[in-house]
Formats: sequence, structure tokens, C-alpha cells
Amino acid sequence: MRAFLPARAVLYEEEDTRPYECDGLTAYRRLPMVVALPETEEQVRQVLQTCAAMGVPVVPRGAGTGLSGGALPPGDGILLSMAKFMRILRVDPLARIAVVQPGVRNAAISEAAAPFGLYYAPDPSSQIACTIGGNVAENSGGVHCLKYGLTVHNVLRLRGFTINGEPVEIGAEAPDAPGYDLLALAIGSEGMLVVVTEVTVKLLPQPQFAKVIMASFDDLEVAGRAVAEVIAAGIIPAGLEMMDRPATHAVEQFVGAGYDLDAAAILLCESDGTPEEVEDEIKRIREVLQRAGASRMSESRSEAERLRFWSGRKAAFPAVGRISPDYYCMDGTIPRKRLGEVLNFIGQMEKKYGLRCPNVFHAGDGNLHPLILFDANKPDELHRAEQFAAEVLEKCIEVGGTITGEHGVGIEKINQMCVQFRPEELELFLAVKRAFDPAGLLNPGKAVPTLARCAEYGRMRVQRGKLAHPELPRF
Amino acid sequence: MSLESLQTAIRDAAASGAQLRLRGGGTKDFYGNAPRGSIIDTRAYAGIVSYEPTELVVTARCGTALSELESALEGEGQCLPFEPPHFGAQATLGGCVAAGLSGPRRASAGALRDFLLGVKIVDGRGRVMSFGGQVMKNVAGYDVARMIAGTLGTLGLIAEASLKVLPRAPAELSLRLEMPLERAIEAMNRWAGRPLPITATAWHEGELTLRLSGADVALRSARQALGGTALDAAQAQARWRAVREHTHPFFAGNEPLWRIAVPSAAGPLALEGKTLVEWSGGLRWLRSSAEAGAVRDAARAVGGHATLFRASDKSAGAFMPLPPVLARLHRELKNVFDPAGILNPGRLYPEL
Ligand SMILES: Cc1cc2nc3c(=O)[nH]c(=O)nc-3n(C[C@H](O)[C@H](O)[C@H](O)COP(=O)(O)OP(=O)(O)OC[C@H]3O[C@@H](n4cnc5c(N)ncnc54)[C@H](O)[C@@H]3O)c2cc1C
Repeated sequence: MRAFLPARAVLYEEEDTRPYECDGLTAYRRLPMVVALPETEEQVRQVLQTCAAMGVPVVPRGAGTGLSGGALPPGDGILLSMAKFMRILRVDPLARIAVVQPGVRNAAISEAAAPFGLYYAPDPSSQIACTIGGNVAENSGGVHCLKYGLTVHNVLRLRGFTINGEPVEIGAEAPDAPGYDLLALAIGSEGMLVVVTEVTVKLLPQPQFAKVIMASFDDLEVAGRAVAEVIAAGIIPAGLEMMDRPATHAVEQFVGAGYDLDAAAILLCESDGTPEEVEDEIKRIREVLQRAGASRMSESRSEAERLRFWSGRKAAFPAVGRISPDYYCMDGTIPRKRLGEVLNFIGQMEKKYGLRCPNVFHAGDGNLHPLILFDANKPDELHRAEQFAAEVLEKCIEVGGTITGEHGVGIEKINQMCVQFRPEELELFLAVKRAFDPAGLLNPGKAVPTLARCAEYGRMRVQRGKLAHPELPRF
Repeated sequence: MSLESLQTAIRDAAASGAQLRLRGGGTKDFYGNAPRGSIIDTRAYAGIVSYEPTELVVTARCGTALSELESALEGEGQCLPFEPPHFGAQATLGGCVAAGLSGPRRASAGALRDFLLGVKIVDGRGRVMSFGGQVMKNVAGYDVARMIAGTLGTLGLIAEASLKVLPRAPAELSLRLEMPLERAIEAMNRWAGRPLPITATAWHEGELTLRLSGADVALRSARQALGGTALDAAQAQARWRAVREHTHPFFAGNEPLWRIAVPSAAGPLALEGKTLVEWSGGLRWLRSSAEAGAVRDAARAVGGHATLFRASDKSAGAFMPLPPVLARLHRELKNVFDPAGILNPGRLYPEL
């Protein structure tokens, strides 16, 4: 590494590598052998080529805010930090695109676009810290993605390298690039197919005006049904979020967002557009929520108040972090109509495992974030939290949903992949991986379990009392 | 027809190495390179599997007529937001997803792939596999479902697809303005950078047509900002249908039709022939007998690509050749899904 990287860009002393031992999923830690901090594409290429030639694993890393252990370092390899790739290369207001390096923070893109009345739509709650490279790898979402889409809907083109150091350019500024949609494949691939060195994103015009309604409900299921009613009325709100009472209580202590602390659940429902449009839509939303059983409603009366309403939702994770030594954030997505059932199930699990679990919920998209509170210093609590999470994830699959809506599988949910997918589907994922990375050196051991691992997990899908594909060897 | 019979047909073909041509209503037979192999007709594997308007998702089998699917959605006040072209009454959902084509709303709403939440496919070994699902957000595993859009049946038979649907706009209004292409391109891009409810644009021979969709109040204020003369509703609807379905006079005749996708703000292309421009400038249809290499060079020069969409002679290849690393990845992926190379061979690229 020192042959082509400056001394400051190669870290191997424990005091220097320690900060990289984990990402946002702090329950899993591992010291990397070496941390490389390249500054140019050529250096990235050399790192990859060298590692590939020597058979050394490489794990890319953005800001390390990931919640599934995607950036957990390899103990015997290189942690490739993209933190130095911090430049916004071009903002083109007429074409409404920005070309940025992967280490640019999500929020920095919107800041750079703001003078032109434009912004980058996906807004993960971690947006002041997380990088666009991490967003691409996880296909991150935010509270506005019901209307404006996820990362995959807002990225046009990627530049990067395969593990062998071959340069690739995927997608294009022009629509519908020819051939297979490798852009869709690369986005959400958790840093396992390509190392991204440049990202072209789509910018949208800032809405002229926005307003949010906060509605209180005495019952979680009623709140869940209200969400369906909004959609049934033909309204796609700019944001539609739910928090239960334990979550609003945690948040209120932390940021003072002005939430109704008596409500069993609150909904935040945002409308954006021209002022006339917003007034019109807010009126309709109010009517629907009223009919659906809202016990109280208040509207943001100023931009400051609107942001305050959102600040609580966006601070939910750190707020929960303040009321509990540790928390475990889940990320399942379910068909909205099954919400009541799943919340009841979570309630039962709280009793079964003796752990509390506040809920925040991207209600419009059906994406749940139950937060299991635990104390890793107490014997067995982490273990109980993990089992709790596993049961909830498997419940999400059972009701027709998925184990992860936006945080990725990483190392965290890898066992549940064995439940969600059948062996041949997992095999196909592994084969796709081999097409890009035959030796399995780029972020190995993440996101897609081997069939051997699934057999170990003991959950090879049993169908109609029989193992699917008994002809496949069980390890 | 059962899924098993489709599986058996593919499995048998894989064993004997017989080439298969997957086909729905045949409305897109013209698209891509010439189809070859014995036909598997998907139309008997049809029907809407589930549709729940409040979940914003519809799941249907590949043989379902696109028109039937769309009328089911219309009955609930919803639509396929990407406004797919049918190119004939026989169009099926499977063909629509396999072709991956989007219509006039592409620039504002997104492409077909943006709304494709999940697929069930039969791969080249006859294995049934499901990717994605019926929920809005799903990042478990690689996003194989979206990647299947536009693969023209070369990776698998799309047996079932789940699509995100959206409410239809409460009102629409189309406006006509006169302006030369260069100014129209600039104007369309400028407007797209402002919060205006423009959901379709088409420029042809000095005339720019815009479609606005949304709440009445929004249309009224947008109309003031944009100017132009309003089309009457029936005329407007017919106009957008003609652009989408290629029944507009521009698309008549035998001269080769190119579909040139470019960054939307790119200036007019210096190519011989008539043109019709959509998607705020991102899509340039061209009728031209110009040499394929020249058309592709012009597209490439501005960061775009050119597809020989309709032509009697497609010896130049329907799609622009891929750079070597991407071409290799395509071959490897083809080999993952269809190792015997029996599914729609050559339809997308000769080597796939
Ligand atoms: C408080 C908090 C709130 C959050 N809220 C949200 C939310 O609302 N929505 C949401 O979706 N997520 C949320 N997250 C999760 C997290 O912020 C996102 O997953 C984010 O995209 C990770 O970005 P990062 O730069 O920190 O990436 P990292 O954590 O460093 O890495 C994530 C993955 O990306 C890969 N990677 C990073 N850079 C590259 C690159 N250049 N090339 C290839 N692979 C790369 C890594 O290998 C890893 O697999 C939240 C996290 C926290 C801590």
C-alpha cells in the first residue's frame, strides 16, 4: 500500500484503526488489518488490483452510519475508507444533476443545489453524516420517499471499479442506458459488486411550500387504518410517518418537538406543492384523518414549526439512544394492512423477552423501525435482543413483507435471508456476486448467506412438511 | 396454462439446446434484434393475482392483457405511472416488462423499472424464482427484480410481476406553444427545474405540447406561468395517445426510426431527418436513413445512446454496443440465468 499511497493514507497501528472497528451496528466489532484512505480514483484502482492479486479481502466504508454491519471490517484485510472523496464535482442546474464523489455527505448535495432551487430528494435521518456512497450501497430511503423515491430512483449513473480494478461506468445521464440495468443491481448491493468512486444524482425542484399535519390516535391499529384511508382517498402525501407513545416520549425529552404525549400513536402527514395545492390537500387529509378516528390534529403554521415536527421523527434513533444504553433497530417492511397484527406481535415479544420496544414507522411505505432497548452489559440482554429481532423479522416475511426496507442485510440479518429466500434464489445471488467478483474478495460474508450457513441456521425452508429441493446437499 | 408447463418447456429446451422465443401478444416483435427460436406463447398464463388499491400494488401474470390490467386500475382511480406504450391491443404485461419501455410520463414519474417491485421468473434451467416482492421498500438481496425490466426475455421468462401503482391525477390540461427546437429544449429543462406539474412534453416541427396533471388549482397557476393555448380535452388525450402508441403521423412510413436518449439539456443533434422530442429533451425520436455509425456517434458525443427502434434492416444491431467490461459482465450474467443460452438468443445483443 505504501508504494502508491502517502503515509497518512495507510493506517495499521491499533490506535488508528480502532475507530473503524464497527459501523452503526456497534454490537459487532472487528479491527481491520489495515485502513486505506485513497484520495484519487487511480489510488483506489491500485488498492483493489493489489488486493485482488494477493487474495486480500476489501471492505469499502463511507461514514460508518450503516445499521446492518455492512462496513464491518475484515479482520484479515483492508478497510477501504472513501472519506477523502469529498468533492462535489459539478452541479448543473439546467440539466438538474449533480456529479459528486462518494464521500460527499447526503445533506451536502442538497446544500450545494439549494442556490438553484433544487435538492436531492432521498433524506435518510442520518443525512448530515451519511455519505452518498453509503446511500448507493444501501439504497437508502428517507421520510419523503413515498412520493419522491429511494436512492435507486434518484441516481442516474455510477463510476467505479470491480474488485480487479477494472473501471466501470453504469447507467448514464441519458435515460434508459442500453443493456441490462446494472445500475439497479449495483444500487443496494451493499458494497459487494463494485467500489463506487463517482455518483451522478438527479436533482428535483424544491417544493414551493409544505405543511405537515400531526394527528393523534388513541389506538395503534386505528392509526394504521388511517394511513390506508389517506391512500384510498387518492392522496400520496410527501411524507407519512407514525410513532407510538414510547417513541414520542423518548423523542420529546430529547428535542421537544411538541408531540402529543397522551396519544397511543401520532401520524405526521406532509403535503407539498404550490400554496393553493397544499391548502387544498391538507384540507382533504384533515377530513380523511378525522373520519378515520384522529383524536387531535394540529398543522404546522410556519416553516420553523414544520421542521420542528420533523426534527422529532428524524431524531428518533439518537433519542432512543438516550433512554437506553443500547438499542437494536429493525427495518422490516410489511403490507400496511398487516400493521395491527405485526404491532401486536411485537407487543407479545416485548413480554416474551422482557425488553421494551418503541416503534417508529415509515407508515406510507410500510417500513417499520421497532427499536429494541437493551443493555449489552447485562448478561444475556444482547442475545435476547437478537432473538427478539429475529422473530420480528421472520414475522415480517410471514405476512408477505421483507426483512429489510432500507438498512440492508449486512451481517445482521444474514440468517433471515435463509428464511426469506429459497436455496436456488440464494444460489443465484451468489452467482451474480461471482460474475463481478469471482474470488469473493469484495465485502465478503455480507448480505447473502452461503447455503452452508443456512443449513447451520437450521432454517432451510420447510415446505409442506418437506425440505425444498432435497436433492441439494446439506452441509 | 400452468407455471409447471412453462417450466417443463424451458427445461426440455435447455436439455436439447433448442432456442426459445418468448412471446406475449407479439406487439413488440419489431423491437430489438430479430426474434428467433420456437415460440412460447405466454398469453394463456394470465390473470391478475392480487390488487389492493390501498397498498398501491398490483400483481399479475405475464399473459395478462395490458389493457385489462389498466382498466382494472382505472376502475379504482389508479394507473401505471410510467404510461407504457402498448403498440397494439394484444400487448401483455410480460412483454411490457421485458421491453422495459416507458411512455410520455417517463421524465416526471419515472421509468417502468422504477415501479417494478417484484418478479417471479422461470430461468433458463426452468427454475421458478422470486425477487423483490409486493412492498414498496425492499433491499434484501440484489435488486434482480428491477434489473429484469428491459432484458427482453434473455434472462428468464417473466411469469409474474408486481408493480407499484399511483392515483390518477384529478385533472389534466395540455398546452401548445410555438418555438424552435433549441429554445424548446432550454425551456423544457428550465421548467423541469421549477415546481410545475408538467407530466409530458412533445416537440415536433416547431410546436411544443405540454401536459399538466394535478389539482385544478395547480393547473391554473401553472397555465399562467407557461402561457400557450389550451387543447380541448379529447384532442389532448388523442394527441398523447398518438405520441405514446406511435400512431402520430411522424411515426408513419418506412424510413428507419431511431430512439436516441440523451442528457435532456443537450442541444439539437446535428443529424439529417425529422425529429420528435419527448421527456423534456431526454428522448429524441429520429426518422433518418443516416448511417448507423453516424447516428450513434452523434448520440455518444453528448453522452447518450441510440437504438435502432423500427427498421427493415437491423444489421447494425438494434442496441448500441457496450464497452468491453460491461459486455463481459453481461455475458457472465446471461450465463448465470441461462447457461444453455436458449432464451431469446440474440434479441438484445448477438452474444447474449
Ligand atoms: C441515526 C441514524 C439514522 C438513520 N436513518 C436512516 C434512514 O432514515 N434511512 C436509511 O435508509 N438509513 C438510515 N440510517 C442508516 C445509514 O445511515 C444508511 O445506511 C447510510 O446510507 C449509510 O451511509 P454511510 O456513508 O454511513 O455508509 P457506511 O455505513 O460506511 O457503509 C454502508 C455500506 O456501504 C458500503 N459503501 C460505502 N461507501 C461505498 C463506496 N464508495 N462504494 C461501495 N460501497 C460503499 C459499505 O461497504 C457498507 O456495506 C440511519 C443510521 C443512523 C445511525
